Amino acid sequence: MITYIIRRLVMTVPILFGISVVSFAIMMMAPGQPAIIDADPTISPEAREAQIERLGLDDPLPVQYGRWLSNMVSGEFGNSYISGTPVSTLIAQRLPNTLILMAASAFLAILLAIPIGIISAVRQYTKTDYTITLFSFAGVAIPNFWFGLLLIMFLSVQLGWFPVGGIQTIGGEASIMDRLHHLFLPALVLATADMAGLTRYTRTSMLEVKSQDYIRTARAKGFKESRVIYKHALRNALLPLITIFGLMLPTFIGGSVVIEQIFSWPGIGQLFMSSVFQRDYPVIMILTMFSAVLVVIGNLIADILYAIVDPRIEY
Amino acid sequence: MSHLNTGQDAKTESITPNPMNNETLGKHRSMLAIIVTKFFQNKLAVFGLIMLVIIVGAAVLAPFIATHNPNETSLGARLHEPSAEYLLGADNLGRDLFSRLLYAGQMSLLVGFAAMVSSTIIGATVGAIAGYFGGIIDGILMRIVDIVISFPNVFMLITLVALFSPSPFWLIVVFGLLSWTGTARLVRGEMLSLKQREFVLAARTLGLPKWRIIFSHIMPNAIGPIIVSATLAIGAFIIAESTLSFLGLGIQPPQATWGNMLSDAQSIPIFLNAWWFPLFPGLMIFLTVLSFNFVGDGLRDALDPRVVEK
Repeated sequence: MITYIIRRLVMTVPILFGISVVSFAIMMMAPGQPAIIDADPTISPEAREAQIERLGLDDPLPVQYGRWLSNMVSGEFGNSYISGTPVSTLIAQRLPNTLILMAASAFLAILLAIPIGIISAVRQYTKTDYTITLFSFAGVAIPNFWFGLLLIMFLSVQLGWFPVGGIQTIGGEASIMDRLHHLFLPALVLATADMAGLTRYTRTSMLEVKSQDYIRTARAKGFKESRVIYKHALRNALLPLITIFGLMLPTFIGGSVVIEQIFSWPGIGQLFMSSVFQRDYPVIMILTMFSAVLVVIGNLIADILYAIVDPRIEY
Repeated sequence: MSHLNTGQDAKTESITPNPMNNETLGKHRSMLAIIVTKFFQNKLAVFGLIMLVIIVGAAVLAPFIATHNPNETSLGARLHEPSAEYLLGADNLGRDLFSRLLYAGQMSLLVGFAAMVSSTIIGATVGAIAGYFGGIIDGILMRIVDIVISFPNVFMLITLVALFSPSPFWLIVVFGLLSWTGTARLVRGEMLSLKQREFVLAARTLGLPKWRIIFSHIMPNAIGPIIVSATLAIGAFIIAESTLSFLGLGIQPPQATWGNMLSDAQSIPIFLNAWWFPLFPGLMIFLTVLSFNFVGDGLRDALDPRVVEK
């Protein structure tokens, strides 16, 4: 088991290296000097040179890459070109908001999807099953930004049930209820696609388990149907779902970019968008790397959990 | 019901171009006939197909159907409600939504389709080479797949599109470069099992060049799963394009896409007084993606021999 985890960890090193090279190459090939240099047309050529010198923009590429990578590894993320704030400070300010949003979405997705998926499987080929299947198709196909817009339009603006954005009432007292009130819609929208996917996975997994011999045995022994389903079938059906949680991470982190933009949620995604518009290269690079690391960690956790839970996996 | 007929004709034609196939209907039906029958027994798949015929047809015939010039602004018609003149209402610049949706559909569908083609070609080629040759080549290619698959898609997409170019061509290239990995794994798997079969041995014995064995002997046998994943990919690309365009990073106005139409539709006055403006462009994305997914799932079930006809 330990060797498996170590081997799996070692495998992630070349992946992260590859991602870092590609992100760096993209930044270097991107046209135009960073905004800070072009922003001021009155800047003198000498000051401009000094600026380029200070930022190390005229060093050979491998040197720049080496410096960047060693800084990254040692936690020196550099400063924003625009505000001069250390990137680590910017991330630290916003990461909690994104994590809260992602945790709430994961909670919603799991809380709703697993019971719904089970119901769908238990009542296979009934109206309930068809309705659930239709909704899960819809959940996968609906563009999250549009779903968000519709909810804001109908529930927030027209009916006034929810705030239109932000994490808390501006100027108001920050109560838990107020925070939850602001959190609900963005979390729901971010959760939608995964909720739909998770429902389908649960259903399929449950159906597979239901046709196993030991379920027939349990029935033959005269157990009540509810006991067969919830005691015998469910445990085994939930097994493969563990991997899904790790795989939810990438869609959450990707989805957060759009959701945070729509709901004015001051998190990582919003920081990323404003950096992109301002061509704030250090921030863009680090956030791209950061999200890649999260994706890799998500996959890692999924694989390791699966190996722990399912003794049939060889490692 | 005329839509239904066109839908079925188009499909039957594309799947069974050879009339010979119909003769085998009966006791010994051809594979193709079984697949077609199974597909058309699936109500959701048929619904999806009909929807797609309508949507694609409307986009293609946009110049004939559109009631207005899609880019013509009109001060008097700003946020005009749906009416006989403006079928689905007008946007914040007084442009007719219905006409704009038709032309936006051309662009959104084109980008989705072309991105699917580019990612499928890259993926199938890499997968075929890795699966057929195996060994070191396979090892290297699959490590590349591992790396590309771990790219944070949304972040990478936004960076590549925002820093370089928002042109449709560049979008297609970027989508292709970031999304081929699934197809590559799929095709590699098919290759691994198919290359052991007798017909491949026969082709090899005949001394055919490797690229011919791969592309004209093995590949046609792996076409089923490729088509399924390609169909589902179109939907995903349409969502990706509209998300980027919505954020203001993808295809730029005045060229309409379903996504960039929505980026003008987010303000409180519009939410209060002009529900049609945020509603319809998104509805088009939703219905199109839904239909592609229905058709893709229907094809998967139809091609899966384990799924029996009802």
